[in-house]
Amino acid sequence: MMVEHRPVLTFVTHAVLILGALVLAFPIYITFVASTHSLEEVTRSFPLLPGSHLVENYLRALTVGPRDVGATVGTMMLNSLIMALGITFGKITISLLAAFAIVYFRFRLRMIFFWMIFITLMLPVEVRILPTYKVAADLKLLDSYGGLIFPLIASATATFLFRQFFMTVPDELCEAHRIDGGSPMQFFFDILLPMSRTSIAALFVILFIYGWNQYLWPLLITSDQKYYTLLIGIKRMLDVGEGQAEWHIIMAATILAMLPPVLVVIFMQKQFVRGMTETEK
Amino acid sequence: MEKRVVFRNNVLPYLLVAPQIIITLVFFIWPASQALLQSFLQEDAFGTSSAFIWFDNFADIFTSEEYLGSFRVTLVFSFAVAGIALSVALLLAVMADRALQAATAYKTLIIWPYAVAPVVAGVLWFFLFNPTVGMITFFLKKAGIAWNHTLNGPQAMTLVVIAAAWREISYNFLFFLAGLQAIPHSFIEAAAIDGAGPWRRFWTISFPLLSPTAFFLIVVNIVYAFFDTFGVIHAITRGGPNYATNILVYKVFNDGFINLDLGGSAAQSVVLMIVVISLTVVQFRFIERKVHY
Repeated sequence: MMVEHRPVLTFVTHAVLILGALVLAFPIYITFVASTHSLEEVTRSFPLLPGSHLVENYLRALTVGPRDVGATVGTMMLNSLIMALGITFGKITISLLAAFAIVYFRFRLRMIFFWMIFITLMLPVEVRILPTYKVAADLKLLDSYGGLIFPLIASATATFLFRQFFMTVPDELCEAHRIDGGSPMQFFFDILLPMSRTSIAALFVILFIYGWNQYLWPLLITSDQKYYTLLIGIKRMLDVGEGQAEWHIIMAATILAMLPPVLVVIFMQKQFVRGMTETEK
Repeated sequence: MEKRVVFRNNVLPYLLVAPQIIITLVFFIWPASQALLQSFLQEDAFGTSSAFIWFDNFADIFTSEEYLGSFRVTLVFSFAVAGIALSVALLLAVMADRALQAATAYKTLIIWPYAVAPVVAGVLWFFLFNPTVGMITFFLKKAGIAWNHTLNGPQAMTLVVIAAAWREISYNFLFFLAGLQAIPHSFIEAAAIDGAGPWRRFWTISFPLLSPTAFFLIVVNIVYAFFDTFGVIHAITRGGPNYATNILVYKVFNDGFINLDLGGSAAQSVVLMIVVISLTVVQFRFIERKVHY
């Protein structure tokens, strides 16, 4: 907010913001530029402007795939999408159900369950990687979509968010529903679910980005190229040892890896901001 | 907080929480307790026999120069990432808050790097600073600076800090801007009428009112730097050169999956759990305060 007229300060304000935005975008711009040149041009001449190989590079990445990875970027994008959507829908579904039970029922183990869910906040994959890997191996979940999705769908944040929201739903709605002789599940589907639309949309954006960007867990449990997600694929493309990395293809794959989450943030900005601020409360 | 009106049913609530609880038990509580148990055991390399050795694994890691080095590296890394990401974000947020109508446009331009995965952020910066094909390396060389983060420890640390802080700036920016926009207009106006300039108004009004947001972000940033930056390290340095960027989560992964040191890796996992739990507790305390304030 500006309370007085200070032209110099206004100029500085915009200059700093434009510079900041440019610096933040710079690495992505250079990546995009590199993805439109031949390997020769990328490694020799440090291009600053887009070249003429855009279609060729992206087509090759999507349909043939980079050397030594054994999967096309198209396949890996599909795997990433399956994982991201699986995690998103999985988390939203089980959190909605759990929050419904915790808010709208009294039962003996209620508080114990509540704390058990809370604990998941404190145990990210990173701190329990080996034993979780072992569980996944014992359950025959290595190299499978189930293995990519299930261990990541328990979520305290989503459950708390829905709990918080359900608490604000007027009691009269539930009372009226009960007087009319409706069942709990009808109440859930006909009243709660439609009312939760905005919270679900906000969570969808946050969780999609979270799911798409998973790296450590897929890295541990996928060894079959068929199940590589795009982020794993990009890392494998870089690991060429003494050989020359195929930078033009890697950069095309990197742009494709950023595209879905970035587009989601730009086009669903309102839900994104809402989701960010609400899940952190 | 409790609901006044509830449904009565003895089976349904258990069925409803079952999916969440089963996943939590199988993939969270069981593995975490296994890590806890394993941290007190010593297994031979083939996993055929194991012995209970009390705190020997912990004694081992806390006397290991490599582990203590990793702890130091993690602290330097976390504070550098949090420091840079917070100060740049605060500057941009204060500016965006001044930009009035244009604030929304700038917001769009600044928040999107948050959507980029840490490992992809690593790949982007690795490419720019690549010793052979990197553009920035090329210009640094022209300016007389020899850049090779694969050999030079401090340079490697600088690079992973930049890559990790880059996407976190967007996150902090969003929260700082929201915090600034929540400050009542009348406070600023009153100070302006009393003759306080923008600089003075920021330090005496905006900054103190932002402190709950800032404390909250410090904790979130440290948690991020501790636990979510595995991808950055894995893509750029793999902990090297000579352990210069060997942060704790990378070391747990490396000792467990590459060196197959089960007891040591489990003890490290337990230490990390203690760190997350303490940080989460601190975070919740600050949030409580934020709500009351």
